[in-house]
Order: sequence, then structure tokens, then C-alpha cells
Amino acid sequence: MSQASSSPVLRAVLEQEVKKNSGWRLFIQTVIARAYPRLIGQQREKSWMFFDIFLPILAVSAYVFVYRAIQAPEDYIGFVIVGGAMTAFWMNVLWGMSSQLYWEKETGNLALYIMAPNSLMAILLGMALGGIVATTLRAATIIILGSLLFKVSYAVVSFTQLFAVFLLAMAALYGMGMMFASVYLLLSREAWHLSNLAQEPVYLLSGFYFPIKNFNFWVALSASVIPLTLGLDAMRQLAFKTGGALGFLSVEVELLVLLALSVFFLAAARILIRYMEKLAIREGRLTESRR
Amino acid sequence: MSSINLKSTSTYLRQPDTFLRVRWRTFRLSAWLGWQIESNWADPFLFAIYSIIKPLAGAAILVVMYSVITRGDFESPIFPYIYLGNAFYMYVGQVMTGISWAVIDDREHYKTIRYVYVSPIHYPTYLLGRGVARFIIASISVVVTILFGMLFLRLQIDMAAVDWGLLLVGLIVGVNMLAMMGLILASVMLLLVHHMWGLGDAVASALYLFSGAIFPLEVLPAFLRPIGYIMPLTYWLELMRRALVGEVAQAFPTLAGYSNGQLLGILVAMTVAFALVSGVVFRFCEHRAKERGLFDMVTNY
Repeated sequence: MSQASSSPVLRAVLEQEVKKNSGWRLFIQTVIARAYPRLIGQQREKSWMFFDIFLPILAVSAYVFVYRAIQAPEDYIGFVIVGGAMTAFWMNVLWGMSSQLYWEKETGNLALYIMAPNSLMAILLGMALGGIVATTLRAATIIILGSLLFKVSYAVVSFTQLFAVFLLAMAALYGMGMMFASVYLLLSREAWHLSNLAQEPVYLLSGFYFPIKNFNFWVALSASVIPLTLGLDAMRQLAFKTGGALGFLSVEVELLVLLALSVFFLAAARILIRYMEKLAIREGRLTESRR
Repeated sequence: MSSINLKSTSTYLRQPDTFLRVRWRTFRLSAWLGWQIESNWADPFLFAIYSIIKPLAGAAILVVMYSVITRGDFESPIFPYIYLGNAFYMYVGQVMTGISWAVIDDREHYKTIRYVYVSPIHYPTYLLGRGVARFIIASISVVVTILFGMLFLRLQIDMAAVDWGLLLVGLIVGVNMLAMMGLILASVMLLLVHHMWGLGDAVASALYLFSGAIFPLEVLPAFLRPIGYIMPLTYWLELMRRALVGEVAQAFPTLAGYSNGQLLGILVAMTVAFALVSGVVFRFCEHRAKERGLFDMVTNY
């Protein structure tokens, strides 16, 4: 020890003041730090291309062939391709956002997150941003490959509106994921089953493979709580020739609802994560792993 | 007391644990274990919802797709073709993937695979037994889905015309075939540390597309159709449809040239072939997993 402290290099390192960020700088730093593994993971392990692109294309292809078997109009093939690509976001929200804090608890990271002097909201936001970027890459690849394989033709009405719909749908969807992250954590091991349960019923209600207009108005309206419902509906209206005629609400109204959902889910996520943090400190049991 | 225990233990030890007895004991206990795992996580009401809502929603996606395009023409033979194919396909996801998931559950979640493996059991039989609970759950889902179709979607199944014998024999052979496929998948899982989560889904998705589960094989591009013809699932699903709604089979030319007996013969032959292959694959994967120290290596190693 005395030998070590006598080393001039080590002494210089020990005496050097560590610069620590705080406030919004720490918030941004945390967001980037949590988003980093999600992005860099894409580079380190290329096998995701098989599981996250090839598999959804297989599932989407099955639905495309069903439409072909019943001689559906060609635009429906495009609806399935876009819907199939959007399942990547829903899966990411379920397994990569909502269940994430539960997984972190199981692997022992949650206690570190809570103890660290950073905002849990920043951690959730980092997860969301990393997830959005990584999943957009997958979804885009599915759309490109699916469109080429099945010769889908698009007729985009407005690229600006299409981009706005996508951004707002993502903000609302990942806000919902951030909110559910706390809910799932409180539900503990039921989280796995909830995520499992929330797949097919949501694909059905949100109209991943058909226009939501085919449902009863009130059913479609209730399903609009899930941001992808209106997001998909608006995207179809803007990207396909027959989309406008098959839309549930006008694109403008859907944009407004998506904006409202984004604000609501982000605010709810903030309230719930604070509640969860307080609970962790007060009861001291939130981070314990029970099987 | 101790002498009684000693006596019973020695008696037990002197009993020749025959080939079948060890396997039956293993199968029975692993089936019980599988049921405890599958059903014990929630109250029965939630469990029922889970095993009913999910499959019904999956079927409803196809029903809505069909109904939107055909304006609710449920009388067409393509509707029972799609609906029944999808209903029976639930066995594929549950039985085949379920057996392979036993490896993931034991290794990754419960971390008990090493203790299970060294216990006096026949490990492949243990894996097969773990699929029984999934088979029961799948059976509930299949029955509920078909009943729902009959009650609310005008799925026309004439109970008097159902070939119950063919249905039963086809189901038994088909489930065995799926179990053998599951064993092959489970054997591969022994070697996989990363990505094992998606492998079962990958295989199930591929089979869903190529086996003509929800559309006749003629819809596939010509170069992809042979894949469907070499899959036992194609023949099994056709048999199940013929057993329930015989006339639907005649509406599609895919396997119209084969009699029920021929289809059953092909299915039995393929099941036997899969059983032989699964034995070889299991031994190979088991050996490799032990040799490379992968047997109990978890994902976060």
C-alpha cells in the first residue's frame, strides 16, 4: 500500500478530481449510457438479423398468402407488410421496455439503478430511445424486404404527415412502455405472462393485419388507447391508394389523439416510476428476487 | 423404523428397474412437474383466460381478415380449411416448442438442469414428459377454438359425419410426431446458449408457412411447394381436416390424390423416421454439450 501510494503516477490519479455531471447533463449522460448497449448490441451480434427479420417475414408471409388465397386486393398485402413490421415495435415495447425493469431486478441491476445518483426516468428514456432506433432498423428492413418479395406498391400522400405520425406513434408507444415498466415491476413474476398475453389480442384489436375500420366504432375507439392502432391506421391512409377510404378517423384527428396519448403516457410513466422508487426505499423489498 | 427403511430400500434396489419402468416413472413425474410449472403461476381463472384468450385472438385475426375480404362468406370451403388448420396448429407451438422449452426453463430460469440430469431418470423421456402439460393446455385451446367457430362463426362440422376413429388415431400419431420434433429441438437447445429463446418460434413459424396450415399449398410459389410436401405436418393437418369435415379436403387439390389410409401411412412412416432421427440427434447433442461444457451454461455466463 505504501509502495503504491509512493508511485507518483498513482498519486496523481488519486489526487485528480473526478468531474461529475449533475442536473440535465447527468440526465442526458444517463439517457445516452442506457441507450448505448441497445445500439452497440446490434453491431456486436449480427445474429439478430435472422431472429428479428427473417422470423417476422415468415409470419408476415403466411398472412400474405392467406390474403392471396382469398383473392384480396393488392393493397391488403401492403397492409400486412406494414403491420408485420410494426409488430417489431410492439414486441420491443413488451419485452424490451415493459418487462425490462423486471429483468433488471432478476439479474441484480435494478438495485444499482435505484442507488445510483441518476434519474430512473432517464434510464427508461435511454431504453426507449435505444429501442426505437434499433427496432426502426429492423422494421425498415422488414418493410423493404417484404415489399420487394411481394411487389407492394405505395402511393404516399404526404411524407411530412407520415413522418409526424410515425414520430408521435413512437413517442406514445414508448411512453406506454415506460409506464408499463413500473407496473410490470410491481406485478413481479406475472409480468412474463402479461407480455405473452398481450400479443395476439393486441395484434387483433389494433388491426395489425387489416384496417381497424372493420370493427364496431366503439371497439375501434377503445383499441385506440394502444398508440399503434391509430398510428397504423394513419400510416395506411397516407401510404396506400385505398388507405384513405379504409381509415378509421381522419389523419389530422389521429395525429391529435396520438399527441395527447404521448403526453399522457409520459406523464403517467414519470408518476409511476417515482412511486416505484419510493416503494423501493420504504419497503426495501422491491429489488429482491423471488421465484 | 430404521430396519424397515433399510429393508424397503434394499428391496427397491433389488428390483430390476426395467427399461419400461424407468421410462414410465420418468415420464409420469416429469409430466406432473410440467403441469405444476405451467399451471401454478396464477389462479385457475387467470390460467383459463390465458389458455383461451390468446388462441382465440390468434384465430380471430384470421377470421377478421377472411371476413373483411369475403364479406362474411363462412360457407366457402376455404374457411374451415383456414380455421381448422390454424386450430390444430396450436399443438405445434405448444407440444413441439414446449418440449424444447423444458431445457431453457431448467437451465436458464430454475437452474436445475444439472440436478435433473444426474438424477436416476431417462433424460429424453423426461423432456417428453414435460410436454404433456403443454399438450393438455393446447387441447383445451383447440377444443375451445373449434367450439367457438361452430357456435359463432358458422363453422359447419356435422358431429354425425365426423370420422372419430381417424381423428383419434391421427391425433395420437400427430402428437407423437410433434413430440419427436420437439425432442430434436430440445437436443439442439442443449448446444445453444444465445438465441435459444427464438429457435422454437423460428421453427414453428417456418412450419406454419410451409405446411399449408392456413392456406392451400397451391398458393405458395411453385419452387416452395416441395418443402410443404416433405413435412409431416402437411399430412397431419390434412388428416385432421378430413376427419372433421371430409368434404373440405376434396375442394383443394393439394393432397386430393391420397386416401386417408395413405395419408396415415405417410404420417406413421415420417413419425418413425423422426423418432429414429431424434434419438441420434439427442445422443450427438448430449455428447457435444457435455464435451464442450455447455450443458448447464446459462445465457449470462
